[in-house]
Amino acid sequence: MKPADFDFVAKLVRERSGLVLTPDKAYLVESRLGPVARKEGIPSLDDLVSSLRLRTHSPLVDAVVDAMTTNETFFFRDKTPFELLENVIIPDLVAKKRGAPIKIWCAAASTGQEPYSIAMLVDSLGHKMGGCKVEILGTDISERCLEKAKAGIYTQFEVQRGLPVQYLMKHFKKEGENWKISDQVRSAVRYRSMNLLDDFRALGRFDVIFCRNVLIYFDAPTKKRILDRMATQVEPPGYLLMGAAETTLGITDVFKPVQNARGLYTVDPTKTGLTRAA
Amino acid sequence: MKSCLVVDDSRVIRKVARRILEDMDFQVNEAEDGQAALRKCQQEMPDAVLLDWNMPVMNGIDFLRELRSSPGGEAPVVVFCTTENDMSSIVEAMEAGANEYIMKPFDSEIVQSKFAEVGLI
Ligand SMILES: C[S@@+](CC[C@H](N)C(=O)[O-])C[C@H]1O[C@@H](n2cnc3c(N)ncnc32)[C@H](O)[C@@H]1O
Repeated sequence: MKPADFDFVAKLVRERSGLVLTPDKAYLVESRLGPVARKEGIPSLDDLVSSLRLRTHSPLVDAVVDAMTTNETFFFRDKTPFELLENVIIPDLVAKKRGAPIKIWCAAASTGQEPYSIAMLVDSLGHKMGGCKVEILGTDISERCLEKAKAGIYTQFEVQRGLPVQYLMKHFKKEGENWKISDQVRSAVRYRSMNLLDDFRALGRFDVIFCRNVLIYFDAPTKKRILDRMATQVEPPGYLLMGAAETTLGITDVFKPVQNARGLYTVDPTKTGLTRAA
Repeated sequence: MKSCLVVDDSRVIRKVARRILEDMDFQVNEAEDGQAALRKCQQEMPDAVLLDWNMPVMNGIDFLRELRSSPGGEAPVVVFCTTENDMSSIVEAMEAGANEYIMKPFDSEIVQSKFAEVGLI
């Protein structure tokens, strides 16, 4: 791929999704765009880039952005966030919400393992939920991922990454070579396509946001803009969970770390002008 | 250092499993069928057993039932590792006293994930 073509694709992808592609990722761009070109019946990468230059708003652009996303995920990834959800967040919210539903947003849901892990965990908590319902929304920029998430069908390899066998027995059925999650768990999660660069106020307000392993692909100002907007979408205390290698420190002070709880943050109302809803 | 007994009639699988488990800091022993495995367990109970299902002489499920009913045999954490990949086999294994279940083909990531699940690492 010509350096000028790489620069064009990198700029386009960054504008559309926030994903930063540095020149050392040229090989990645080539290997991911090859299949897009083939699928669209475009003979070469040169031709693909020419088409992109002609029409910078088209399904082809969406397909290119989608192809450049990294969708790596697995059930109960990193474990700690789910332990914090069970032992810190849910008990606190059950006490505070007085029966109103707990609203959880997975802001980079990928192929669904994260929201479904939450749904299965909640299901296992039984009476500890104090009759509280939980509403889970999964969003992602990738339509390809959302389709898979909605179908809830996983390979044998995927159901063995992070998923305890008890959960497999309780919530999955074998379908051919694959495993399908139960309708009960599937219906506990709603999915919607959402680009985090866009205005997400229409999604409503949440008690908990899982924003894990997505901001790592963005530059610092983009991270800050997204986190600052998220801070206005949460109901105080406004729990935010980030990936094991991520932090809000040095990026924004609207979320502050919770002591002794790695990856967990709550909103600082003095920084956002928010007060607890009555 | 924890110990793991790898029970599988395939020498290749035992070798692959040994390499993965040694990388995870386990002291590895091998047995080629259920009966040989029982003898090894009688000499010394391992902390973990990675267990194939279909083997000559004595299969994995019979070994597990024998193990669980022998003195000290409730202690080892038993992780099945088998090509049996239907729900009824999984349920049968868990009812017989298995702690986790791996469907072949497997790799180091799956072994680590499952061993972490049952507190072995
Ligand atoms: C590595 S996955 C993380 C999945 C899950 N949260 C986890 O931690 O396992 C990152 C996801 O972020 C999505 N993504 C990337 N840029 C995005 C954007 N601008 N808006 C929404 N989602 C985006 C990708 O499509 C991908 O599915």
